[in-house]
This record gives sequence, C-alpha cells and structure tokens, in this order.
Amino acid sequence: MQFNPDDIIFWQYGFIRINASLIFTWLVMTLIVGMSIFATRRLSSNTEMTSWQNFLEVTVTGIRDQIQEVSQQPPGRYLPFIGSLFLFIAVSNLLSIVPGYKPPTSSLSTTTALAICVFVAVPFYGVVESGIMGYLRQYLQPTFFMLPFNVIGEFSRTLALAVRLYGNIMSGTVIVAILLGFAPFFFPILIQLLGLLTGIIQAYIFAVLAMVYIASATAAHEPNLNNTTDSLDHPCGIHEEEL
Amino acid sequence: MNIQSLIGMASIIAAGLTMAIGSIGPALGEGRAVAQALSSIAQQPDEANTITRTLFVGLAMIESTAIYCFVITMILLFANPFWDFAITQAAN
Repeated sequence: MQFNPDDIIFWQYGFIRINASLIFTWLVMTLIVGMSIFATRRLSSNTEMTSWQNFLEVTVTGIRDQIQEVSQQPPGRYLPFIGSLFLFIAVSNLLSIVPGYKPPTSSLSTTTALAICVFVAVPFYGVVESGIMGYLRQYLQPTFFMLPFNVIGEFSRTLALAVRLYGNIMSGTVIVAILLGFAPFFFPILIQLLGLLTGIIQAYIFAVLAMVYIASATAAHEPNLNNTTDSLDHPCGIHEEEL
Repeated sequence: MNIQSLIGMASIIAAGLTMAIGSIGPALGEGRAVAQALSSIAQQPDEANTITRTLFVGLAMIESTAIYCFVITMILLFANPFWDFAITQAAN
C-alpha cells in the first residue's frame, strides 16, 4: 500500500526529485493564488459586488475575528501568517475528496515544514514586539531553573504540531484504504465525510495553536507594563504550558 | 522460530497493544472533556462560542496522544526498521 506521497516520484535528476507532495502542494498554491487573483480583479467598494469578492471578504473577516478573539490583540500583523497557514491546510485537506489527489499534509515533510514556519515565527514576532532581551527574558520565567524546560517545550510543541496534523490526515487515508479492502461499498464514503470534518478542524487547530504560541510570546511582557491583568491575558483560557 | 517470524510476531502484538492501550486514555479524557463542556454550555449558553473553541483545541490536544500511538503502530506495521534489517540480513 502506498500511503506516503513522498514515495510517488514523478521526475528525478540526481538527488533532486519531484514527488507527489511537491506537485500537490504546487497545485494547492496555484489554486489559492489563482482564485484570489481572479476574485480581486474587479473589486468594488459599494454594496454591488461579485459573489467571489463576498466569499473572500467573509473568509478574511472570519479569520480576523478569530485571531482577535484568540490573541486579544489587533489581528492585522498576524493575519498574513495565520491566514495563509489556515487556508493552505484547509484547502489541501478538503481537496482529498477529488479522486487521484493525495493531500500533501499526509506527508510528514510538509507538516514538518509548516511546524518549522511556526517555530521560526514565534521568536520573530516576540522579538519584534518586545526586543531581543525582552523575548529571551521570558525563558527565565517563572524562575531561572525553568530554562531547560522552556527550551524543551519549544521543540516538543513543534514536534507535536507536525505529528498531530500528519497523523490525523494520514489516518484518514489509511482507514479508507483498509476499509476498501473488506467493505468497499458504503463505509469508505462515511469515513471520507468524517475526513472532511477532521481536515477543517485540524486546519483550524493548527492555526489557533500557532496563534496561541505567538500570542504567548508577544503578550508575556504586558503584565509588567500595566498591572491590570486579568484572565484575558491567557488566550483561549488555556494555560500555555499545557499546550 | 527464526528471526523474521519473531520480529513479525512481536511487531504485530506490539501494534495491537499500542492501539488498544493507547486509545483508552484519550477516550476517557475526551469523554470527560465533552461532558464538562456540555454542562458548562447548559449553564452559560452565552459563552457557548468560547467554550466550543476551547473544547475543540483541547480535544485536539487530547486526541494527539492517540494519534501518536497510531503513528507508532503504522511504523511498526508498514515501516518497521528491524524488519527491514532482518530482511536485508537474510538476503545476504
């Protein structure tokens, strides 16, 4: 059984190989960018608008509201990164109902790349927000002895982010393949329906977790400035260490 | 019993045990989380949005432990490094 789209190789020259993950990633990228270009060609600012523009506005406004609610900060700075993550993962998961398409997120390489993007973006936003010293100081919170655990947590949550997305999407593919073996008539369709739901939820969770990590890196210094902290400083109401 | 059958048997038994034991904990945890969230929504319907969002994120966290077990099982069954080692040794 062929589960890993990395193993389906279309073209190879030396160590450069073009595999199915790359091809389908490019397909998803072209689809998103092409649809956005097509939709933003004729923008209008009054109430007469195309349905494409309406769709894009609803999407972008929804993402902005979610970022605002999760991070309790103005969403403008985070919108490009978080929005791209969500849209890319959502589209590449949703397209899995198209026959012949292998979701690039069912390969560990793609999800690791996405998780590394988050891993790099967290210090980036943290340093932009509070300076290098301010960002590094939060590794010493609450005491100096927590430094190794904070550093380990940084790596382990990146690993968890990658394996969670990979495992969820790959398990959908595997279960459909196994069910096709002994109950090929009806049940694979149900599992694929469940896979659509899982795909959207996983895209949402990946984006929300990335936002929570970034928010915990940028909001950590605010309690020192004003002592009016309340539970709003913890995005989602979940303690960051648990994540 | 030669080395291949030993490795194959151990892998299959370990895969089954991994799935069986590894799904009990997350199942109990998710059940508790959903029950608590439902009673919270029943008490405070206005906060349903926040509760639902937190619930989904939390469920994904809990579920990821089961997913790790599943990934380990898949590695044991389809990409077992010891099995590949035994096969290459038998071929030589």
